[in-house]
Amino acid sequence: MSTARLAWVGAGAGCLVLLALASVAFGNREISLHELIAALAGDANGVGQAAVAARVPRTVLALLVGAALALSGATMQAVTRNPLADPGILGVSSGAALAVVIGIAFFGLSDPYGYIGVATLGAAVAAVFVYAVGSLGRGGATPLKLALAGAATSAALSSLVSAVLLPRVDILTTFQFWQIGGVGGAEWDRIGVVAPFLLAGAVIVVLSGRGLNTLALGDDLAAGLGTQVRRTRLIAALGAVLLCGAATAVAGPIGFVGLVIPHLCRLVVGSDQRWLLPFTAIAGAGLLVAADVLGRVVARPEEIEVGIVTALIGAPFFIWIVRRQKVRAL
Amino acid sequence: MTLTHQLVADEITLAYGDRLVVDELALEVAPGRITAIVGANGCGKSTLLRALARLLSPKSGQVVLDGVELNSRPTKEVARLIGLLPQSPIAPEGIVVADLVGRGRHPHQGLFARWSRADDEAVAAALDATGIADLADRSVDELSGGQRQRVWIAMALAQQTDILLLDEPTTFLDVAHQIEVLDLLADLNRARGTTIVMVLHDLNLASRYADEIVAVCRGRVHALGEPGVVVTAELVSEVFGLDSEVIADPLTGKPLVLPRGRHHVS
Amino acid sequence: MTATTLRAGRVHRRQRNALLIAGLCVALLGVVAVTLMVGNTFYSPDEVLRVLLGEQVPGASFTVGELRLPRVVLGMLAGLAFGMAGITFQTMLRNPLASPDIIGISTGASAAAVVGIVVLSLDETAVSFLALAGALVTATAIYGLSWRRGFAGARLILIGIGVAAMLHSVVSYVLTRAAAWDIQAALQWLAGSLNGASWERVAPLALATLVLAPLLVSRRRDLDALRLGDDAAAALGVRLRPTRLLLILAAVALIAFATAAAGPIAFVAFMAGPIAARITASGASLLVPAALVGALLVVAGDLVGQFALGTRYPVGVVTGLIGAPYLVYLLVRSNRSGASL
Repeated sequence: MSTARLAWVGAGAGCLVLLALASVAFGNREISLHELIAALAGDANGVGQAAVAARVPRTVLALLVGAALALSGATMQAVTRNPLADPGILGVSSGAALAVVIGIAFFGLSDPYGYIGVATLGAAVAAVFVYAVGSLGRGGATPLKLALAGAATSAALSSLVSAVLLPRVDILTTFQFWQIGGVGGAEWDRIGVVAPFLLAGAVIVVLSGRGLNTLALGDDLAAGLGTQVRRTRLIAALGAVLLCGAATAVAGPIGFVGLVIPHLCRLVVGSDQRWLLPFTAIAGAGLLVAADVLGRVVARPEEIEVGIVTALIGAPFFIWIVRRQKVRAL
Repeated sequence: MTLTHQLVADEITLAYGDRLVVDELALEVAPGRITAIVGANGCGKSTLLRALARLLSPKSGQVVLDGVELNSRPTKEVARLIGLLPQSPIAPEGIVVADLVGRGRHPHQGLFARWSRADDEAVAAALDATGIADLADRSVDELSGGQRQRVWIAMALAQQTDILLLDEPTTFLDVAHQIEVLDLLADLNRARGTTIVMVLHDLNLASRYADEIVAVCRGRVHALGEPGVVVTAELVSEVFGLDSEVIADPLTGKPLVLPRGRHHVS
Repeated sequence: MTATTLRAGRVHRRQRNALLIAGLCVALLGVVAVTLMVGNTFYSPDEVLRVLLGEQVPGASFTVGELRLPRVVLGMLAGLAFGMAGITFQTMLRNPLASPDIIGISTGASAAAVVGIVVLSLDETAVSFLALAGALVTATAIYGLSWRRGFAGARLILIGIGVAAMLHSVVSYVLTRAAAWDIQAALQWLAGSLNGASWERVAPLALATLVLAPLLVSRRRDLDALRLGDDAAAALGVRLRPTRLLLILAAVALIAFATAAAGPIAFVAFMAGPIAARITASGASLLVPAALVGALLVVAGDLVGQFALGTRYPVGVVTGLIGAPYLVYLLVRSNRSGASL
């Protein structure tokens, strides 16, 4: 069993390398093979080489954000024991958006690094709030309650966003710049700002894998097995929020990666968090890079942001999961 | 009052999607009597009740009421003859008892008809019969589980049907309230001759209150008849897979099932 | 217990409701009157009344008759439509959060309208029609996708949320590509606004309301029975499938026409029902109170948005600002009690 899993992880990693290469090779401008090789070897003199050099940070960012979102989704699903938990469903992106808008409009926030901190904070607050509200009452955080809490909170936050934005044409474009986000405008120093957040989140999440395994059996049983339920859940959730908050902050709202990937991965490696987490990270990174390449290639010379590509792939998947569930489980 | 409404399941097959639950089951509901449907979990007893209440159409066969197929009759007309208390009905927030019971008058009211004297009388009678007249103006949210169950039964009574179907009317009630609800149903049956069909979990309570026991096993009627005849150690073993001894209840003389666990084999 | 004492209690509750409805009507009329009088130029009640009676009053005839009156009528009708459609969905799905703005129907209209404004550069009328089509197509898709061996409210809500998420991404994709001018127009539309109301815009909505509102009111008993759960309603003689289909069609059509005329005025469909439920006595049908509350919210919201906040806000921003905290409150309350509406 473990060999099979190892093989899967290996195969996933292999695919990831190929996808990363594709991401560097394909784009608006066609690039020949030796231009590519030259650029990767450090030569940045030609136009082609320059294009490649610009695509490298973009690819790295897509890898990081994809892995972060997928890890965050897998952890949230385990923490809430809810198959539909996903940073996007939990209203994280609208939380980040509102925080950024308020920052720009009332606190003169303008530097891109400031955005990241503010957005992470907004995302975290929204996620915690939605989860807290969704788990009130009978049955805890059922899929229906959580999704409704998320959708309702998102709607509420977006209406606040437009209330702030509408009379202020001046900040409209600034905000639009942030919201476009995606991974297109990646630069090394922006990556540098979020990397520590992402790393911290990933370490926390991976370390809490064993605790989450027992949590899957229900709170009472987990407590019976000696897990400190509250603490495990809180720490894991903190890691998940850090991951998705930082990812949203740097790349704008990207939905459904955190939903789709853990589900697919569970089909392949089973539900043991200790295997699931690394595999979701690889697969999530792969999906986001692939979506980014797809967005660049499909609408040439235009680009479609990854967030939109993932939503168009992810929403049908979400509907499929809902249709598979028994009504009583909702 | 003589009641002759005949409710018959004629070789019905019931399924949810591809999953077959009830397989060519035949049953004649005894008019004017109390029938209890018993069986193991998942044997199809609630499904059967839903079909008798026309909530589920058979894949084959038919449910016949007084010689006419149930599904071919207008549903409001059926609602004046057959009442159903589902397993978990929902009380709208803030509604008072009298209004909730009044909802049972729905099949007697037309599209624009106003609330009539007959409606009020039916609701008052239902409240009296269930002993909750003093709760009429209370909000349903404030009531205890036992009181709530009475309110729901009162709603079904206000519907003024000759046949009353109940899906596990005693679940979530403590033992005192279980007896209270079943006594109430027995009163109704005696006073008005209402035909009662109920799904019950507890074989002993079923034996005590029912005139007829229908034991369902794997989607078919396994045994049918008076409790004293039907409820035997053999039946319990076949239907529930449980080893037991059946004695005569010292209070009622009805059968009383004493399960025999692995640790109590004498 | 006698039928007479029972009747007394029921009549008492009915009178309370009649009083409530009358009160809502008076409040609505009051706000409408103020809206007609107040603006850049103030017109006295007397002048307004003369305009309404068809007299020619210099200045007032145009400002009140051609600008303010269509605006306030549009607001009333849209609010009424949103309120009724919202309570229909909330009742049928037995969830106070399952209003059309949250389960994706309004998002369908929005996505279509934004495409119309930004990509196709359509004029106002064409955008309205596109929004109408968008709402209807989305509602059909959600209903179709959620049908699996029968109907389940929970599934419909969740699938609606999924569809809404997809349509949201379409909206933001289009918006990121729009010129600043178009973005403002689109944002204005997305918030919901009564600006530029004219009799031509009011007419289709008025016609739709005239047909659909009485239709819904005539089915209010079925709607009340559905609040008890599907099985209980069926046992009471409600024909579930045709009833549900009729209710959904009527509610979606109301939403679609109202959204086409005024944009998806935020949270009116969502708020009107629960507010009506709070103030109505037990057992009464919520349709008419919810419609009146909806109308009141929109008309009063527009008045506040135009004159009370310094800048002129579209009405949707005002209702959004009221609605957001109310939504959160309702979310907490309904989850805590686990109760239905």
